[in-house]
Amino acid sequence: MSELQAGRTGEALSVARVEARSQRSRYLDILIAFAAFGVLASLPLFFGSKALLDFVIRCSAFGLFATSLNLLVGYTGMISFGHGMFFGLGAYGFGLIMQRTGVPVPIAFVATLVITAVIATVIGAICVRLKEIYFAFVTLAFQMLIHSTILSWASLTGGDQGLRGGIPRPVFLGIDLSNHVHLYVTSCALLVIGLLLMRQIAQSPFGYTLRMIRDNANRASFIGIDVWRAKLTIFVLAALFASTGGIVMALFVSGAYPEFAYWTISGEGIFINMLGGVTTFLGPMAGTVLLLILNDTVTRLTEYYGIVLGIVILFFAIGLRKGLMDFVVEWYVQRRDSAEERS
Amino acid sequence: MDIDALTGCLASSACLVTQTTSGFIIGMLLFLVAVGLTLIFGVLKVVNFSHGAFYMFGAYFAMTAYQLSGSFALAMFCGAGGTALLGLIFERVFMSRVYGADVLMQLLVCYAFVLIFDDVVRMVWGPEFRSMGMPAAFQVMPLLIAGGVVPPYYLLLIGVALVMAVILGLGLARTRLGKVIRAAAHNPGMVSALGINTGLIYGGVFALGGMLAGLAGALAAPVRSLTPGMGFSVLIESFIVTVIGGMGSILGALIGALLIGMIRSFGSLGFPLFTEGLMYLFMVVVLVIRPTGLFGKEVA
Repeated sequence: MSELQAGRTGEALSVARVEARSQRSRYLDILIAFAAFGVLASLPLFFGSKALLDFVIRCSAFGLFATSLNLLVGYTGMISFGHGMFFGLGAYGFGLIMQRTGVPVPIAFVATLVITAVIATVIGAICVRLKEIYFAFVTLAFQMLIHSTILSWASLTGGDQGLRGGIPRPVFLGIDLSNHVHLYVTSCALLVIGLLLMRQIAQSPFGYTLRMIRDNANRASFIGIDVWRAKLTIFVLAALFASTGGIVMALFVSGAYPEFAYWTISGEGIFINMLGGVTTFLGPMAGTVLLLILNDTVTRLTEYYGIVLGIVILFFAIGLRKGLMDFVVEWYVQRRDSAEERS
Repeated sequence: MDIDALTGCLASSACLVTQTTSGFIIGMLLFLVAVGLTLIFGVLKVVNFSHGAFYMFGAYFAMTAYQLSGSFALAMFCGAGGTALLGLIFERVFMSRVYGADVLMQLLVCYAFVLIFDDVVRMVWGPEFRSMGMPAAFQVMPLLIAGGVVPPYYLLLIGVALVMAVILGLGLARTRLGKVIRAAAHNPGMVSALGINTGLIYGGVFALGGMLAGLAGALAAPVRSLTPGMGFSVLIESFIVTVIGGMGSILGALIGALLIGMIRSFGSLGFPLFTEGLMYLFMVVVLVIRPTGLFGKEVA
């Protein structure tokens, strides 16, 4: 048997093993997702605070965005500095379709995702050929290109004023998105469904292909994986979830603003991932909650938001050298191991 | 879009001279910032995301020195020297801790300092726009070249930048120190085995990069308004320049900077709202054709 064939059987075995494991954990994931949605959706029954609901809606928007970015950064090793463009595309696409055509919300939702997929495929086809820092820069350039287009195409997008005048939200299937609680529950549902789908992608054989590309792209291509196609696929998939985050944001603020497509959104996404940790699936979610809390408290306490945030970043980057969830998980594993040694 | 304005300008020699000069000014300032960025990347393999802050500090240092002393030369010296010192401290205390770490960590440390530096400037100099004003020595009649107006200060600025380009190019290619720096970029382990302090070289190169950005800021201070966060657009543009020219290439930085300068200058006539978009479009086109930039070496 040649070496190549040996490699291939080994690969088939490990894929089978991975599949068996993910089959079992899939039910657990669905169960957890249902429970999480139940808890989130019942919050308004116990807490009347509008600020809390607003907070969770914002967490949904940024959580979808940050977790989708982690599919690229953490799982595939593609540091995108332009992922925010899809957040902006989602917000503008959805807002424009609702304002101009008056189609029902679900159709506008699907249409926005289709537009995002088409644009992400074109941009991705160009970007994923490049590696490391060049990939980061070309995505950044596309982000700024889209931002400039939004600013200069004022007749369509409202230029630097953004999409104003509110996004119409007609009732569909008994859901009235202009009702705050309805909007809240819908955001939670989108978040939980989005996270569940992304979790499935991450745990699928395809997800393991991505990890392999991250760890050794050459080896992946030697055993017959089309690296370009796999990278493009995850680029487009991640764009769809980021776009969904943008849609939630557009619904929340009832508009879309150029800042949504500015590169700083991408920077914040990277930062959220770092803050929460990139090696655990829920790390970006933890990072989102942490950043939003930090945001709200720091801006309330001081006008020098940058200094405080900067010092926190330094603490994570130089002090911990990893994100919060990574730190917690490692600490837990170490504790468990030392406990086993003692017993 | 205003194509008529663009073609009209291309047909008039006066407008052509004015726009070309302004393209040169933008390009030369960008070159000084970008060449520092490219040097730091070439030697330290670090993408210095906080580089724009050095440009900003250069401008503020120069403004303060000029207002205190009234001497333009001292202002330039303080702008460049102050940022060199800042770069040295920054590299030794913070950046040197994340060498060899994830690219993400390096970017984050720099991002943190972008936030911190902007707020520091806001604290010290206030959040509003400031201006240094044109030194008296340059408040003379502008030159007329083929009907185009060229302020004398612009010539000084272009001259200084060109001199720096020559010094850097020759210094790296011909001097012993230049050879050591190039060797450290290529194989730091071997260089330190030969008994050369690579930490010192890294710090020195970072300080040099910071100094160049600070000099650009100081030179720009009389002709641009100063504001916290002013480094950011310069940073993004100098990134475009280094990427177009090829990261680590000084000649690439010069040519990339001039190309971007001209695109900005002439683009603002033809596409007033989409001038920035043109730059990004250009960068995308270059990267699609040559992924490592015009003068970049192929990376394996």
